Amino acid sequence: MSAYEAIILTIITASTPLLLAAIGELVVERSGVLNLGIEGMMVMGAVSGFAMAQITGSAWVGILMAMVAGTAMSLLFAFMTQTLVTNQVATGLSITLLGLGLSGLIGSGFVGMPGIKLGYVSIPVLTDLPYVGKLVFGQDPLVYISLGLTVGVAYVLKRTRMGLIIRAVGQNHDSAHALGYSVIKVRYACIAFGGMTSGLAGAYLSLVYTPQWIENMTAGRGWIALALVVFSTWLPGRLAAGAYLFGGVWILGLYAQGMGMGIPSQLLSSLPYVATILALIVISTNRRLSVINTPASLGRGFVPDR
Amino acid sequence: MKKLFTAAAAVALASAMSVSAFAADKLKVGFIYIGPPGDHGWTYQHDQGRLAVEAKLGDKVETVFVENVPEGPDAERTITRLARQGAGLIYTTSFGYMDPTLKVAKKFPDVKFEHATGYKRADNVATYSSRFYEGRYVIGQIAAKMSKTGTAGYIASFPIPEVVRGINAFLLGAQTVNPDFKLKVVWVNSWFDPGKEADAAKVLISQGADIITQHTDSTAAVQVAAEQGVYAFGQASDMSAFGPKTVLTSIIDDWAPYYIARTEAALNGTWESTDTFGGMDSGMVGMGAFENMPADVKAMAEATTAAITSGELHPFAGPVYKQDGTLAAAEGETVAIGDLLGMNWYVQGVDDKL
Repeated sequence: MSAYEAIILTIITASTPLLLAAIGELVVERSGVLNLGIEGMMVMGAVSGFAMAQITGSAWVGILMAMVAGTAMSLLFAFMTQTLVTNQVATGLSITLLGLGLSGLIGSGFVGMPGIKLGYVSIPVLTDLPYVGKLVFGQDPLVYISLGLTVGVAYVLKRTRMGLIIRAVGQNHDSAHALGYSVIKVRYACIAFGGMTSGLAGAYLSLVYTPQWIENMTAGRGWIALALVVFSTWLPGRLAAGAYLFGGVWILGLYAQGMGMGIPSQLLSSLPYVATILALIVISTNRRLSVINTPASLGRGFVPDR
Repeated sequence: MKKLFTAAAAVALASAMSVSAFAADKLKVGFIYIGPPGDHGWTYQHDQGRLAVEAKLGDKVETVFVENVPEGPDAERTITRLARQGAGLIYTTSFGYMDPTLKVAKKFPDVKFEHATGYKRADNVATYSSRFYEGRYVIGQIAAKMSKTGTAGYIASFPIPEVVRGINAFLLGAQTVNPDFKLKVVWVNSWFDPGKEADAAKVLISQGADIITQHTDSTAAVQVAAEQGVYAFGQASDMSAFGPKTVLTSIIDDWAPYYIARTEAALNGTWESTDTFGGMDSGMVGMGAFENMPADVKAMAEATTAAITSGELHPFAGPVYKQDGTLAAAEGETVAIGDLLGMNWYVQGVDDKL
């Protein structure tokens, strides 16, 4: 494997969990809900996926379990914020804290175990193509799933009736309600979808990225995913670009250090954040565009009048 | 934002701790951890030490710990909380807790504090550290013997003396075998981020390093090395399970003897503010099994370990040259202890700048 292939592979691996977690949150926020519990749902996905893979010996069963665990956490969030109409920010934070604590408890028996790694895709002929074969046709399956989800979400939000309803609920829940759509049900579904992809992102960490269980192994990636959603102005294409920009600058920073270029490491470590902020500034210079896509009801609770 | 919420988590954890009441007559011993005890590295070993104290002195002491405490203002708050709750002896187990520990110690003159890896003391603040660099010297020698490319990758956390000392010791060890040995250093600016540690390992391997070693707290780098068939070393605890065919050995921190001795001293009233810098001779630094290497390399590693343990060999024995070519220690001398503790320069041959 040549050096450039290795770099690109590393960038893809670093970006995929961010994209997975963020694409779900994008849908959640488009429906007008702010779920700050991504980190907690991710870490629960990571531990459940790892544990299930260890027990059954299959990474795929682990991945399914991670999706179930992420969804379960998100449904707890949905019940609190949609049915009981609690404050979304506080509830999201408590989901994160609960997830971090609970995952440590569940995972205590799995610390120090080498994990099962999900294999790479291998297609005869195509994967063996020189230069591009391994990059295009030889990734792990979740990379393709993350990209497929991005395209799917973009399509559904923009081109389908379902997407229109989700956006309507996020823009103005009172109008959507008056038109006869069940705001609460739509939001439940979107939150569950967000929980599922967060769980998937967690499974990516514990079954692909670093196949092992370590407490708190998400190390803040949920918060980066959350920032990326805002950075993307709630557009899936930009979200994917943002995730890869972040991952790319992150890995190239490490690469520059290994080359011994003498650039201060603290500066390189902060570069992904600087790059993201700069991109955010450039985007927000176009006020119209960011206003159009911002879900106007974001973070506001909805109580249907009876 | 991430920091803010880790902070929120720490505060929430700390308040959760306050619910558990202490028994009245036992000595309360508190521990502050930088990571989770489940990291299988640095914090794991400290927690093993805490458990050893419980096992040995469980009828006289009661231990309590707070995990995932960020270095900075939250550390001060958490330490204060432990002291207020009546802890009589508090171990703060990361370099960045240095100033917070001293600040809190001033406010609680009757509480005894022990700060790991720092260099500032007070009447009620002792410091302790291990001469991890002794282990680094041994693995440096092994690395130079086992490497085909003559280049090792070193994943480092923060540019503090403890870490710089390890890098220098590693290279000095390697240079005794191969004077042209190269060392690439990547700083990840975190003690604990498995994903980033793994990324750094991948980058270093793609740049030609065929030996990976790390001064961070998780097993991620060891695992990447195992996957790519590159040799690696465990850090803080035995990590051979994460690379049965690729882990050459591990540097193992053993805090139990120190924690038991100091806690006993606090119980008997013989506790004083001291500065402990324990190495292989005191059992605070140990080596894992030497595996996956030919017999001659193993014999060399064992001989070096024995020579360091007996005091016959000092990893920083002269001549040692700094990166800029100035002499740090002449032939027949060793680098002065003050220079070791506050080390802020590289030795010649490191492919990085501080």
